[in-house]
Amino acid sequence: MLDTAQTQANWQRARLALGVLALDPAGVGGLWLRARSGPVRDRFMQEVRRILPDARRIHPNIEDEALLGGLNLTATLSTGRVVTSEGLLSANAPLVLTMAERCPPRLAAHLGATLDQGGPGLLALDEGVDEEAPPEALTERLGLFISLDGLTQGDLLGPEDPLDLDTARDRLPKLTCTAEQVDTLVIMAAKLGIDSLRAPLFALSAARSIAALLGNNSVTSADLGLAAELTFAHRAVFQPESAEEAPAPPDAPNPEPGSEAESDTSHDLPDEILLEAVKASLPPDVLAQLADARRIRARPTGTGAGARHRGNRRGRPVQSRPGRPGSDARVDLIATLRAAAPWQTIRKQSALIERAVHIRKDDIRLRRYETRSDRLLIFTVDASGSAAMARLAEAKGAIEILLGEAYARRDHVALVAFRGEGAELLLSPTRSLVQTKRRLQALPGGGGTPLAAGLKLALETAHTASARGMTPTVVLLTDGRANIALDGTANRGQASSEADEMARLIDAAGVSALVIDTALRPQPALNALSQTLSAPYIALPRADAHRLSDAVRAATDG
Amino acid sequence: MTQPFPFSAIVGQTEMKQAVILTAIDPGIGGVLVFGDRGTGKSTAVRALAALLPPITQVASCPINAPTLDECPDWAELGSKKVVKRPTPVIDLPLGATEDRVVGALDIERALTRGEKAFEPGLLARANRGYLYIDEVNLLEDHIVDLLLDVAQSGENVVEREGLSIRHPARFVLVGSGNPEEGELRPQLLDRFGLSVEVTSPKDIDERMEVVRRRDAYERDPEGFLKRWRPRDGKLRRQILKAREALAEVETPDAVLRDCAELCVAIGSDGLRGELTLLRAARAVAAFEGAAHLERAHLRKVAPSALRHRLRRDPLDEAGSSQRIARAMADLFGNFRTAAE
Repeated sequence: MLDTAQTQANWQRARLALGVLALDPAGVGGLWLRARSGPVRDRFMQEVRRILPDARRIHPNIEDEALLGGLNLTATLSTGRVVTSEGLLSANAPLVLTMAERCPPRLAAHLGATLDQGGPGLLALDEGVDEEAPPEALTERLGLFISLDGLTQGDLLGPEDPLDLDTARDRLPKLTCTAEQVDTLVIMAAKLGIDSLRAPLFALSAARSIAALLGNNSVTSADLGLAAELTFAHRAVFQPESAEEAPAPPDAPNPEPGSEAESDTSHDLPDEILLEAVKASLPPDVLAQLADARRIRARPTGTGAGARHRGNRRGRPVQSRPGRPGSDARVDLIATLRAAAPWQTIRKQSALIERAVHIRKDDIRLRRYETRSDRLLIFTVDASGSAAMARLAEAKGAIEILLGEAYARRDHVALVAFRGEGAELLLSPTRSLVQTKRRLQALPGGGGTPLAAGLKLALETAHTASARGMTPTVVLLTDGRANIALDGTANRGQASSEADEMARLIDAAGVSALVIDTALRPQPALNALSQTLSAPYIALPRADAHRLSDAVRAATDG
Repeated sequence: MTQPFPFSAIVGQTEMKQAVILTAIDPGIGGVLVFGDRGTGKSTAVRALAALLPPITQVASCPINAPTLDECPDWAELGSKKVVKRPTPVIDLPLGATEDRVVGALDIERALTRGEKAFEPGLLARANRGYLYIDEVNLLEDHIVDLLLDVAQSGENVVEREGLSIRHPARFVLVGSGNPEEGELRPQLLDRFGLSVEVTSPKDIDERMEVVRRRDAYERDPEGFLKRWRPRDGKLRRQILKAREALAEVETPDAVLRDCAELCVAIGSDGLRGELTLLRAARAVAAFEGAAHLERAHLRKVAPSALRHRLRRDPLDEAGSSQRIARAMADLFGNFRTAAE
């Protein structure tokens, strides 16, 4: 928990971030605000209205025409001339995106393209819980991050210096960062494990704006520190202290043999000394704040595909239906004309304007397609000691067979493992089977069997996936000997009753399931569990590739 | 919107820069697939190259950027018939693009207001004679990627729907970028991309600092920065233009053809597209370096790009493709340059 001084400092930082966004939107891209709806956020929005008075609101379901501009079909039809509407993006005003965590990939792509070209600035209001976050394509291009979590109204009562934007704007062109400051920021970002090179660039712009807002004549190291807090904290992967021991990122390819050999006179000081200098120059508590901010920041999930509506893949075309044209639905021209055709004679007689075809709004028919959803297989693997002794390796083999199937059918997979005291989501839904196989191979065995925790996490993953338009199926591989309850205590009776409860919840949620028994001798208890789940039951001892794949197909299609 | 970041000022990323340059010399090589993390300058490189190339002469209002009035399509309603010089087009394909928007469709507004049947060109028309850049190509719907690769291969966009029957030239270089961790392209689609490149953000601190320094200098004083780098960009442009002329004259000895085939067989690439692409790309390298004959060294330079994404592999197999190619080349061609090179 953060104490009062820290939360008040957080609030001041939030206001400062807004100032930076107002001062240099092209330089920082935008501000990612993570805050639940409530009085604190309302107060923040008041500040937004004050500091960015001409900001326009957009929502995740905004149509392309409203954003980019285009033909205003209804106006065109009624007036008989072509009427185009200008998009919001052309107004060059800052944009406020509400419910940013629900931003569909299409909108993220448009907004990202605008930000890349140095647009007017985007304030993304993220109301997500836990793992929900806006698409990474968008957050990558937002330089600043602020989290209002943990702030209460009482924290906002402290004295506030008004932000003088006009004076700051005059001061800004004269402020530059020295070469050493640039290098410091790059090194700091590297030590924090931040891969993207956008981060130091955002930090540079932020530092200059902060110096302008705070009335400094030059960019000080305190400004650098504040800029780092706003731009690096949410992207940091590891603590600066442990950076020396941090291993190289596992997916780094072989160093390119053809890379130009850098002359080694560029830096006489070894990096560790520079880092010490950096640490010394930063305000003392920024490292702690970085750690705190990292705890509160959201981790984006693995995949960007899967829009938030029912079904995320287009199938065959089906009958068109009447409706309002928009970016999601295309006008079915033939059907529209067919609907308008019988009325032409009458309309021509009573028409005021001479036209070739008289079409009313009600004639418009929209194309519809069958909606199909991507399937998601949530492998829930028992990695406890009992399973490890017996069949973990074979269970892993069984999963690999199923992965082969998933590849052929373009399914997504997720990986949940439970052992010891709880369950862990090893892999968010992804289509990258190589990653799945890697995580699977690295899965260690040992500890108790917290079956209920595993089922609970599988159910949560299934919920998130359904909200994204995927159809989840839970594939449970276990020997069924649940002996750890949800609260972590070793209580066999409680464990199995809680597992039953979870199974009932999964069944009630309509999530299909498949149970694969990995015990050496099939257990009746597990059979009962699979009946509660309304799931087919397969005993691994007699399983072979065909039976497994048939069972999965039956479970997912049925 | 200022001029794009100069191509020669891009730090590192040699393989990506080479791939993009080769497609400028010989667009027939096929598209480029760029795999890599975010923030590694993928779209910067494509835009920079397009700005580097000499401007194209086109009819001002022609939807397919045709060079002369005769080549403008009949269905186009031309506004200004002036012939102007414009920079090479780079069109971005947005992620949610529908087929209509990409390929072109019946012009709805004309149909509904004037009752006329007319063709509204799509993004493929605008990309003609330029580049089509797709971000996150592995998340795009399969049928659209299929369509794009078809058109990129044939150079012509054929539209047969809603009572329209239109053909127009669509010659562009397709550049797709993506993060492989979020999903993989099917092998059939992968195979139809000419070259593939893996980019990562530089691990070397000095290189990272140089990238940030240059970008910061560009943003604070674009005019000055562009002026400083213009000579190098100019030199590169002249090299590319000379290479284009010299391309047809490059001789291909049989020995090199054999090397090509042996390499492809050794790494087990499926089909013959790998060899054809390798050959074309190697010739482009030779032309760029001013060589009269194709040599093994040219093959070496371009083999990883041309073949990395065509290896027949188990989808669950994590063996690095680049290493397999390097190993095969070392086995066949030896680690050191031989007399033949």
